[in-house]
Amino acid sequence: MTFLTYLISGLALGSVYAIIALGYTMVYGIAKMLNFAHGDIIMAGGYVAFYAFSRFGLPGGLCIILSILFSTILGVVIERLAYKPLRQASSLSVLITAIGVSYFLENAAQLMFGSDTKIFPTILTDGSLKLFDGQLTISYLTIITIVTCIVIMAGLTSFINKTKIGKAMRACAEDKGAAQLMGININTTISITFAIGSGLAAIAAILLCSTYPSLSPTLGSMPGIKAFTAAVFGGIGSIPGALLGGLLLGIIENLTKAYISTQLSDAIVFTVLIVVLLIKPTGLLGKKENVKV
Amino acid sequence: MKNIFNNLFSKKNRSRTISFLMVIVAYILIEVIMNTVGMSRLFKSLLVPVCCYIILGLSLNLVVGISGELSLGHAGFMAIGAFTAVCVSGFCAQSIPNDILRLALSVLCGSIVSGIFGFIISVPVLKLSGDYLAIVTLAFGQIIKSLINNVYLGFDSRGMQFSFVTNELKLEGGKMLLSGPMGATDTAKISNFTSGFVLILFTLYVIYSLINSKYGRAIMAARDNRIAAESIGVDISKTKTLAFVISSVLAGMAGALYALNYSTLQPAKFDFNTSILILVYVVFGGLGNINGTIIATTVLYILPELLRSLQDYRMLMYAIVLIVVMQITNSATLKQTLEKTTKRFFKKGEAQ
Repeated sequence: MTFLTYLISGLALGSVYAIIALGYTMVYGIAKMLNFAHGDIIMAGGYVAFYAFSRFGLPGGLCIILSILFSTILGVVIERLAYKPLRQASSLSVLITAIGVSYFLENAAQLMFGSDTKIFPTILTDGSLKLFDGQLTISYLTIITIVTCIVIMAGLTSFINKTKIGKAMRACAEDKGAAQLMGININTTISITFAIGSGLAAIAAILLCSTYPSLSPTLGSMPGIKAFTAAVFGGIGSIPGALLGGLLLGIIENLTKAYISTQLSDAIVFTVLIVVLLIKPTGLLGKKENVKV
Repeated sequence: MKNIFNNLFSKKNRSRTISFLMVIVAYILIEVIMNTVGMSRLFKSLLVPVCCYIILGLSLNLVVGISGELSLGHAGFMAIGAFTAVCVSGFCAQSIPNDILRLALSVLCGSIVSGIFGFIISVPVLKLSGDYLAIVTLAFGQIIKSLINNVYLGFDSRGMQFSFVTNELKLEGGKMLLSGPMGATDTAKISNFTSGFVLILFTLYVIYSLINSKYGRAIMAARDNRIAAESIGVDISKTKTLAFVISSVLAGMAGALYALNYSTLQPAKFDFNTSILILVYVVFGGLGNINGTIIATTVLYILPELLRSLQDYRMLMYAIVLIVVMQITNSATLKQTLEKTTKRFFKKGEAQ
């Protein structure tokens, strides 16, 4: 039973990673850039929800919507101001810009909200479900997290496969030049990708902050790195890969924490990553690209 | 005499001569200022770290700029060098009383151990390419940090003692060298500006010798076109491994110098942000550009200190500088105007 408990909480943590990893992987698939500022959008979403709920006393649902809206707008604004002028630049210049944006958001948050850790309120529920005569306790939050992740995945997959915008996104990921010739507006498509990724980051922020209720300006950096790892783990650019990578990462992390060592969990998670990449160099579900001479 | 001058400033050697001159002149200037006008404590405290970061920038440039592989775990090598050096220096404190000798030995050990790790990690790293390679280096940096975070090492009359994850050492007298997340404490500060200067010269010598050698040309050929290089018989994995190992040796050296400049040092210092910081220096200076790296590192390391008067806003300013410089250097309109002005300038020259 304890194993099942750890497994389920690992699944919940993995769901959060997967939701964040979706943002990384979608942006990478279309704009071919590693958006290191993604983790800080999580942080921004967390703060918006915190202030809306604790300071202005808005109802929980409204706080979540506000947080998602704010993050979406923030993501699009960042893309327009910082990344759009660099479409033709080398990938390293874009990477450094993303790092600059990340520093900017972290320090701006520190100036505006202070560097002290804030306790995140219970926006979502705090009850729990008891199964097998109380042997197995699952909090509602865990269930909400996992269900949210599944809903997002299903929604996103059908969005990308069924809608016109989704088709445009796939076309852009395949070949930007050809997509443009077919009359697809690349800038709009990339903006929409950023909007979706950032909105998902806000959802992840609320789930993450509800599970670990502390809020600080550097909140997003570690989950950001982990989710990035998860995206690569599953094969960057692949949406089912992000889900698989995120879930596996979360489960491995939780199980190592439970059975091996808390301090060494990071080392073990990253070692597993290296081993997986050695066996499958483009991640679990990544496509192998053959270089033509 | 003229011949030597011409040779030094020939197209092939110009960059090298400028690098060495720049570093030597800067060293003499700083020494003169320190001994005559005097220097504020703040600036004195920046000298050794600047030297370390210059070496780190140069070594990362070897991987990112010259070998063309993105590495996000350079701080890992720095950490290995740093903590090896601290241990060696602490262990030899009695047996080698001479500071300079002990510093040299510690730096040597730091670079060798870091080089060994560089070789080990280069095996998986060089099987991959692009962003997958980057993520493995990132993972490596994280692994090193969390391993050092769990190492407890000390020595007493019974010899060296080691413990992992939990501190089970019971020392009889003796001294703790590494104490987990606390890192190294009570380290004798034996690094100084002159040693930093000497190590920068050594780094420059190594890098320029490599670039101008057969191997260096092979590394750059592999970077520019992997398939073409392979087809003319360049052993890609061997050349890339060479660049990676030399880079890790130099990074370990810089880490050793860095560690022996502080009395306490925590493993948390060598996190992802430090790796990124070094990468920022390299990209700012221009990929593959040695002189650019030296200047960019110096400016960007001192910039946050100069911005200290802005207090809380300094890191915000730093971030804005990063973004704005990247926008400017990649702006098409700016490039066009720059080209126009240079064209006009050259046309004038031709007319005369």
